[in-house]
Amino acid sequence: MRIEVRNVTKRFGSLKAVDNVSFTIEEGKLIGLLGPSGGGKSTLLRMLAGLETPDEGDIILDGKRVNDVPPQKRGIGFVFQNYALFRHMTVFDNIAFGLEVKKAKKSEIRERVEELLELIGLQGLAGRYPHQLSGGQRQRVAFARALAPRPSLLLLDEPFAAIDAKVRKELRTWLKEMIERIGITSIFVTHDQDEAVEVADEMLIFSNGRLEQQGSPVEIYRHPKTPFVASFIGESRVLQHPERLIGFEEAVAGGGKSAIIRPEFVEVGLQRELSYPLSAQRGVVRQTFFRGAHLELEVEVEGNRLIAYRSLDREPLEPGAEVLVFIHRLYVLDESSAVLVENPLKTDPMPVHI
Amino acid sequence: MKGSGKASVLPGFGLSLGFAILYLSLIVIIPLASVLIKTAGMSFSEFWAAVTNARVLASYRVSFLTAFFAAAINAVFGLLVAWVLVRYRFPGKRLVDSIVDLPFALPTAVAGIALTSIYAPTGWVGKLFQPLGIKIAYTPIGITIALIFIGLPFVVRTVQPVLQDLEKDVEEAAVMLGAYRWRTFRRVILPELIAPLLTGFALAFARGIGEYGSVVFISGNMPMKTEIAPLLIMTKLEQFDYAGATAIALVMLVISFALLLLINYLQWRYSRRVQAG
Amino acid sequence: MAGAIHAQLSDAASDRPAHVTESRGVRIALIAVALLFLALVILLPLISVIVEALSQGWRVYVKSIAEKDALSALRLTLLTAAIAVPLNTLFGVAAAWAVTKFNFRGKNVLITLIDLPFAVSPVISGLIFVLLFGAQGLLGPWLASHDIKIIFALPGIVLATIFVTFPFVARELIPLMQAQGVQEEEAAATLGAKGWQIFWRVTLPNIKWGLLYGIILCNARAMGEFGAVSVVSGHIRGQTNTLPLHVEILYNEYQFTASFAVASLLVLLALVTLIVKAVVEWKSGQRTVESEGGAG
Repeated sequence: MRIEVRNVTKRFGSLKAVDNVSFTIEEGKLIGLLGPSGGGKSTLLRMLAGLETPDEGDIILDGKRVNDVPPQKRGIGFVFQNYALFRHMTVFDNIAFGLEVKKAKKSEIRERVEELLELIGLQGLAGRYPHQLSGGQRQRVAFARALAPRPSLLLLDEPFAAIDAKVRKELRTWLKEMIERIGITSIFVTHDQDEAVEVADEMLIFSNGRLEQQGSPVEIYRHPKTPFVASFIGESRVLQHPERLIGFEEAVAGGGKSAIIRPEFVEVGLQRELSYPLSAQRGVVRQTFFRGAHLELEVEVEGNRLIAYRSLDREPLEPGAEVLVFIHRLYVLDESSAVLVENPLKTDPMPVHI
Repeated sequence: MKGSGKASVLPGFGLSLGFAILYLSLIVIIPLASVLIKTAGMSFSEFWAAVTNARVLASYRVSFLTAFFAAAINAVFGLLVAWVLVRYRFPGKRLVDSIVDLPFALPTAVAGIALTSIYAPTGWVGKLFQPLGIKIAYTPIGITIALIFIGLPFVVRTVQPVLQDLEKDVEEAAVMLGAYRWRTFRRVILPELIAPLLTGFALAFARGIGEYGSVVFISGNMPMKTEIAPLLIMTKLEQFDYAGATAIALVMLVISFALLLLINYLQWRYSRRVQAG
Repeated sequence: MAGAIHAQLSDAASDRPAHVTESRGVRIALIAVALLFLALVILLPLISVIVEALSQGWRVYVKSIAEKDALSALRLTLLTAAIAVPLNTLFGVAAAWAVTKFNFRGKNVLITLIDLPFAVSPVISGLIFVLLFGAQGLLGPWLASHDIKIIFALPGIVLATIFVTFPFVARELIPLMQAQGVQEEEAAATLGAKGWQIFWRVTLPNIKWGLLYGIILCNARAMGEFGAVSVVSGHIRGQTNTLPLHVEILYNEYQFTASFAVASLLVLLALVTLIVKAVVEWKSGQRTVESEGGAG
């Protein structure tokens, strides 16, 4: 199903939950709506489903304006955050529900439910009740239930929010595989970046009801277009004194500019370890954190506190240690845009700071 | 962590429990035991004769049938009232909500005389049915109406909190799967209400079987026809037939306790499902 | 449980979007049927008492209430309640404390025992005391020899009333205190507070509204009890007649207006009870807002 949202606005009281949002989604894509809580993503999803109506604007599914079409008739499958399984029905009856509404024949229903049970890996559990299943199993049943009537669009509202962290990762991967196998256009809402980045073909970033950016995860990560996206994505930090960092004095000159840095932009180490030791600055390790797969360092450079990663292969550094720091790149932000600035001293064949 | 008897940090366990048990023993257990003691003094054949003679059996029938139908009607209309109070908005809703408790707060004798005066052949409603040849007061119908009055709050107040706590998302899930209101009500909402409805029904039924004050005026107390079991006990007492009265009382107690256990079981089962779900 | 305080009906909850509620026509029809049913079943009797009581004018009304036997019935009713209610409150508080702050074997038995009077017919509630204390009862001879009258006298009436109404305070307090848990009390204990201090300064303020409603309800039922008292009282006019029994006597003597006049006093009592309940629910709703960090 092809989706077009045109200038949609939704108000709750005086608050604009969704503010003049427009975008298009092509058929067959797996889209993630990402943003902080209250950003409007769930409201938008529910408007696509017909569970909320837009105050302004149009929602167009497969070329047809559906604002006035009731949710029962839109051919959309919906997976809820808390599964919303029918407690008093078995797994089989839950999945069969949508088909019974369509008055399908009993044999057809049985076939389809068995097919789906196999797809979600829960064959043999057809007779169980929701309270006899684990969280992950329940969500899979919710998924199958939504798919049973063969919808053209699948909507998922924070599908993994209610699930344990460990199961979440497995379920996430499983979901992506399933959706790709079935080939259905899908949109899911999440506030978890890792989830969005891992699962989605394309992401839409929302904040305060506004659509900040649309693009593939790599694109959004590498080329954030707005200050919000730059600071929201990745483990971004705002720098207190970016003008004091070697190579960037000019980039942040002029009023109204700030800079954002990510750990992967920072190289920290002893002189012999660095790529461009002659252009590096002195810094002091303030704190270290063991992160399992690597060491995380908090380093102070000319009044700026930065986070950097250090491989466990290298000798560990202790708080108080003097190190050299080289900044590869930064995002420089003004009010409306974010620009990725490479450290100019990297391209200089003779990187010597005078 | 709750205190566990003596090992608890909180004081007063011995005192409070001791007082409660003493009170219960003096006021409840010993007096109730007297029923058993008295009937133990009867031979089994005496007992059997006392509880199975025709008039007594008729009184059971009257009490049970009227209580059953009243509770059933209350189940239907009580659900309706609870639904309307929880789900809809209308002027005076809070007032209506308070009124539902009136039968619970009003003395039974007052209810009894009020209902009788309304449904007697000369009463406001009885008058309307007289030309049709339908008598309400002094018939089982009158008794049933009195029991409907008494039992209504039990159903409404048991269903209301459950209805209020129902999550919206299951209804939305049904909607997304194509269901409209009647199907959603029938297959998604109603199953959730069966447990509280049963509990409310059982409570109204138990109350109805033993009800005296509100029924004794409207029933006319005709033996074999509109004599309720509690009244029969009263009559036997006035005739100093203590044995007979006690025997009937024992039968009623046994049934009441069975109902009480059933109600507690239903409530336990419901709370278990809710937590697990 | 019927009569227990429930969460306030909120209008916000009633504003449901179109897809999860019935169409306007259906809604109006359902509301109409429900209101009609309630009017017929509940309002009608209520109104009839007032109408009948005043049917012969204000003077006759006042005369019926101020009549000698009516007044002594009122006195007896008030006296009975004045004894039964405080005792039952004491029990209710003790039982609720034991049940909700501690774990012990047989707790469920205790709770079921508290529910007992709801399952027992009022007539049987009176019968058991006759069996125990009546002239031919188990303790009859002993009482007679000591010239103590229980049945057909005040003590019997009070006992029967206590039996029928003792659950009310406990049943209001138990769910309330259960929901509040033990943490505040345990904190007070670790800070060195003694038993009574803990109760007065920590528990009581938390339960005061529920306690108030329980007492009011217990009182309404105590004053209005009919069946049980009818069995033990002996119906001796001017001496062992409570207000409800007096209503019955007047009615059976075809003094309908007088009967309804006296009944109207009890109706007033019932209405006061309902008002108190509404106030308590409103207050406890406010408390919930505050404890959830309400406004500001």
